[in-house]
Amino acid sequence: MGTATTVAPGRSERAVRRSFVTNIIDSERALGYLLVAPVVVLLLALVAYPFFVAVGYAVTDRTLADKGVFIGLENFELLWENQIYRQTLANTFIFTAGSVTIRLILGVGLALLLNESFRFRRAVRAAILLPWIVPTVLGTMAWLWLFNPNFSVLNYILVNTGLMATGFNWLTDPDLALFSVLLVNAWRGVPFMAITVLAGLQAIPQDLYDASSIDGAGKFQRFRYVTLPLVMPVLLTALVLSIIWTFSDFGIVYGLTKGGPMNATHVLATLSYQTGLASGNIGEGAAISLTMLPVLLVLIIWQLRRIRRSTAM
Amino acid sequence: MSATLVPSRVPAPRPAPGTRGAHHARMERALFIWAPLTFFMVFLVGPFYWMLITALKPDSELYDSSKSPLYVSVPTLDHFRFLFEKTDFAVWVGNTMMVATLSTAIALIMGVPAGYALARLRFRGSEFVGTAIFVTYLVPATLLFIPMIEVMATIGMDDNIWALVIVYPTFLVPFVTWLMSGYFRTIPTELEECGRIDGLTRLGAMMRIALPLARPGILSAGIFSFTLSWNEFIYALTLVTASSERTIPVGVLVQLTRADVYFWGPLMAGALLGSVPVALVYSFFVDQYASGLTAGAVKG
Repeated sequence: MGTATTVAPGRSERAVRRSFVTNIIDSERALGYLLVAPVVVLLLALVAYPFFVAVGYAVTDRTLADKGVFIGLENFELLWENQIYRQTLANTFIFTAGSVTIRLILGVGLALLLNESFRFRRAVRAAILLPWIVPTVLGTMAWLWLFNPNFSVLNYILVNTGLMATGFNWLTDPDLALFSVLLVNAWRGVPFMAITVLAGLQAIPQDLYDASSIDGAGKFQRFRYVTLPLVMPVLLTALVLSIIWTFSDFGIVYGLTKGGPMNATHVLATLSYQTGLASGNIGEGAAISLTMLPVLLVLIIWQLRRIRRSTAM
Repeated sequence: MSATLVPSRVPAPRPAPGTRGAHHARMERALFIWAPLTFFMVFLVGPFYWMLITALKPDSELYDSSKSPLYVSVPTLDHFRFLFEKTDFAVWVGNTMMVATLSTAIALIMGVPAGYALARLRFRGSEFVGTAIFVTYLVPATLLFIPMIEVMATIGMDDNIWALVIVYPTFLVPFVTWLMSGYFRTIPTELEECGRIDGLTRLGAMMRIALPLARPGILSAGIFSFTLSWNEFIYALTLVTASSERTIPVGVLVQLTRADVYFWGPLMAGALLGSVPVALVYSFFVDQYASGLTAGAVKG
């Protein structure tokens, strides 16, 4: 920007004449600190501090009624031996892997489709965003009703088209419930994946396709050597965000099953709520939510390194 | 890019209508465009159709399994009336509106200047601050909701809707800062330098030149913040418990799905009404929204 060098010559004389306020709003460094300070204070007070409070809780046997005492890592040791916690951990990984896979396949497919020209494209693009923009828990209520054992329209269609005799117990069958819940999570996530990948696709200059055609590239080669590498950064970012959001999801599971039947759909966030607030074992609940941290850290660090690499270029 | 799926676009002359070639091209278009599109529309939008007809169906039709669930014969507004007369829905709408508006305002007032500072101003530690803000954006609320109850109680905000106005900026501000710093980087610096030569202070250059140019980005950030607050669930569930202090998502879920009694009609009516404002906002601003995303949020 070079402001420092252009201002430098007469600086000391002018500084005397100018007021204190002018100095702040005219100095790049002072203004920088001034503008960033409120954000830093907010995040220290309401993100960093609560995080350390959570760590503090996790090493005590605190409950809603009792402040508790320091017990070291006992909460974590007990969790590791706890069958429900282990099942929850496995559920969380299945939930995340399943949902993100569906989001990826359908999201990229939808993005490629929306990148074509067809009639009503704008209307379709606006409509498919609905699952993502509508409040998660309210959209989930539609699915709760779709999955209703007596009035499920899904089962109505399956039975009336002769595909099945009785239909599924979407949310009450422990073997099926986790799939139903992850399907709803994927339903909500597909539009985000599609719209971000679409934005990436549309940012690719037409020249590159023209040039590769002149060089004799076929349809597949254009996709492989032009589209894919150029969309990859956007795709990976959308992927990392999707994994983080799915891994830490609460609303969809809480809205559909609250973790049941028989803990078959509990994920770390819902078990943490159940243990920490509903049952009142705050120390244990905080410990459960903190066990999300290793996975989140790996994802966050990976994403940070990717950003650093791309801005360095 | 337009030709990845439709092979009919090759330079070869277009076959005359009515010939085998034209028929073939139409078939292919139906197969590769309209068939998958139908699937996506049914999967993604279908549940909202289901929500709509349920909200309009009288109970007599709703719970009669001899009637087809796919359409409504005699529409009624009974469920909407129930919502406003027998529940606190109107109060929740007001609460949600207030929380979303105020927390969005706070997020923009704090986040836009901070995004500008990170993009434009050189000061020691700016890179570290930028990274730290980005990391907090990725920290999920499900990690912090248990201690947050205690933190809010300490400052006298327990069971008080103002707690949400204070807490929502913790995830909105990092998002706005991140998105805006990406957006400001796409605006050329020359304009501000001209302004500086013409005698504007550093702050003046930001206020008079950069901010007006960044209006589309600020709009996207605002829309996004508003909907994020409108949709928020776990803090709204855990920080306030009195029905009069609830937001729409929590109120609808808690009051209309008690134990095993579900008020399906009003539940769908509430879900529908609670979704309309954000859907409207998006449908008007979908283009700015998409351009804001590409400029900032998805800068990988």
